[in-house]
Amino acid sequence: MKGSILSFEQVTFTYVPEDEAVKPAVSDLSFSIGEGEWVALVGHNGSGKSTIAKLMNGLLFPQQGTVQAMGLKMSEESLWNIRSQMGMVFQNPDNQFVGATVQDDVAFALENNGVPHEEMVVRVRESLQQVKMADYLDHEPHHLSGGQKQRVAIAGALALRPRLLILDEATSMLDPQGRREVIETIRELREATGLTVLSITHDLEEAALADRVLVMNAGHKQMEGTPDEVFSSGEELTEMGLDLPFAMRMAGLLKQAGVPMTGESMTEHELVEELWTYYSSK
Amino acid sequence: MDILLKQVGYSYAKDTPFEKRALTDVTLHIPSGSYTAIIGHTGSGKSTVLQHLNALLQPTEGSVLIGERKIEAGTKAKNLRDVRKKVGIVFQFPEQQLFDETVLKDIMFGPLNFGVPEEEARRRAIALVEQLGLPEGVLEKSPFDLSGGQMRRVAIAGVLAMEPDVLVLDEPTAGLDPRGRREIMDLFYRLHQEKGLTTVLVTHSMEDAARYADTVAIMHGGKCVATGDVRDVFANEEQLGDYRLEPPRTVRMQREFEEKTGLTLDELALTEEALARSIAQALTEGREPK
Repeated sequence: MKGSILSFEQVTFTYVPEDEAVKPAVSDLSFSIGEGEWVALVGHNGSGKSTIAKLMNGLLFPQQGTVQAMGLKMSEESLWNIRSQMGMVFQNPDNQFVGATVQDDVAFALENNGVPHEEMVVRVRESLQQVKMADYLDHEPHHLSGGQKQRVAIAGALALRPRLLILDEATSMLDPQGRREVIETIRELREATGLTVLSITHDLEEAALADRVLVMNAGHKQMEGTPDEVFSSGEELTEMGLDLPFAMRMAGLLKQAGVPMTGESMTEHELVEELWTYYSSK
Repeated sequence: MDILLKQVGYSYAKDTPFEKRALTDVTLHIPSGSYTAIIGHTGSGKSTVLQHLNALLQPTEGSVLIGERKIEAGTKAKNLRDVRKKVGIVFQFPEQQLFDETVLKDIMFGPLNFGVPEEEARRRAIALVEQLGLPEGVLEKSPFDLSGGQMRRVAIAGVLAMEPDVLVLDEPTAGLDPRGRREIMDLFYRLHQEKGLTTVLVTHSMEDAARYADTVAIMHGGKCVATGDVRDVFANEEQLGDYRLEPPRTVRMQREFEEKTGLTLDELALTEEALARSIAQALTEGREPK
């Protein structure tokens, strides 16, 4: 793995430290994200995902352990520097628009950071091209679909040229088409630029595209591995309130119904192939 | 309780320069005791239809019959208390509407407002907290100290506490984790059956529509373009495609399986469990020497 962009070392955080009955929202958590990786952080509601996001950008500070980002230890002094190198996209597309047009919106943070006008024009155009929204420069954000809004939000983050893009449940409020658009955008962006991405999600189709998956359960890191490794743990995931991809759920149900299945099919297409092979082998 | 939309048209900001038409000539019958899913692309008018179901919006053309009560275009409907009491709406992200100091007070707010005695309102709140799988200690907590998933459940409890006859659900599980989604949808279904509720589900999830609904209505461009039995609607892939919708995954897999193997399953499988059973059966029969 290349240099680490973000790491947690034995981080524990409690919202109510004075009350011992209250369990920590995150306990003894260690992980590291290397430059150029796509990591998915998954877990049930209340598993600590949102707390981790707030610890990552210095909205919260841990009671124990350290958070390091961009080679700096997170502190009151370093957090502005760290934040300037992180782009974040949140869940609700309607809560993060400030500009009257798409290009104004993308330019907003650049303006705040004192980027000169000529440079700004170039960056706005470039980042909107990266999310395939360059044709919408003068559109009003509220006339866009959910997926388009989130792509503009991603462009706004990209315009700042971050080293790490954090997607905090960025697809969970979208319809299936919007979700696909955004996931496809991230995939293409990664292919083109090798940007480091952390997606916090419980959409397993999204997690399946990542290089590595971290599974959180009740504040602890329960599993870590490639999507294949994590999904192969089957029941352990469902017990944690998560789900398996469709093809794997179907394989399990078919097995229960008496069809011998290898459990190796990861897509519904492979699954149908496997059923056909079985059927034609009589 | 029956709800009947008759040639309903609706324009936002009517008679102003900002007038925007949302619904055109929508006729939709929701029979008492049915479970109806309203599906359609973003911007198709689903949410506008939903707000007519308890007269939050009043039609600018046509009429809406909610039980005995008729809401007509052109006449200002007054005293809608009864309608609101009988038709409960769980909006998208209902946790944004939580406001009270404690979970208990928040859940009791609706029933108290509709004149339910305090003891009864309290009894309902306590029962609902348990039904929704929330820990008992939650009642005295501030709703804002809960996790997102718990807040959602509290907000849903607040609607159920009014014991409506008709339950209208607008993407009630968006943003929840898979288990939470399944638990809440199963709970709605159980209530639907046990209490004989009339349920309307507005959703993007074709899988949820297939699993729970008996009737499906398709909205497109502000019109209700099709209604029918859930199997008929989802078997008609061409029609779904016309309205930029996809059949549920189970249906897509069934079609692929049938095409590949040349076997035909008995009927359209609406759930993953049913699909697995049908495939197993077809394979067994297909493998037997004839």
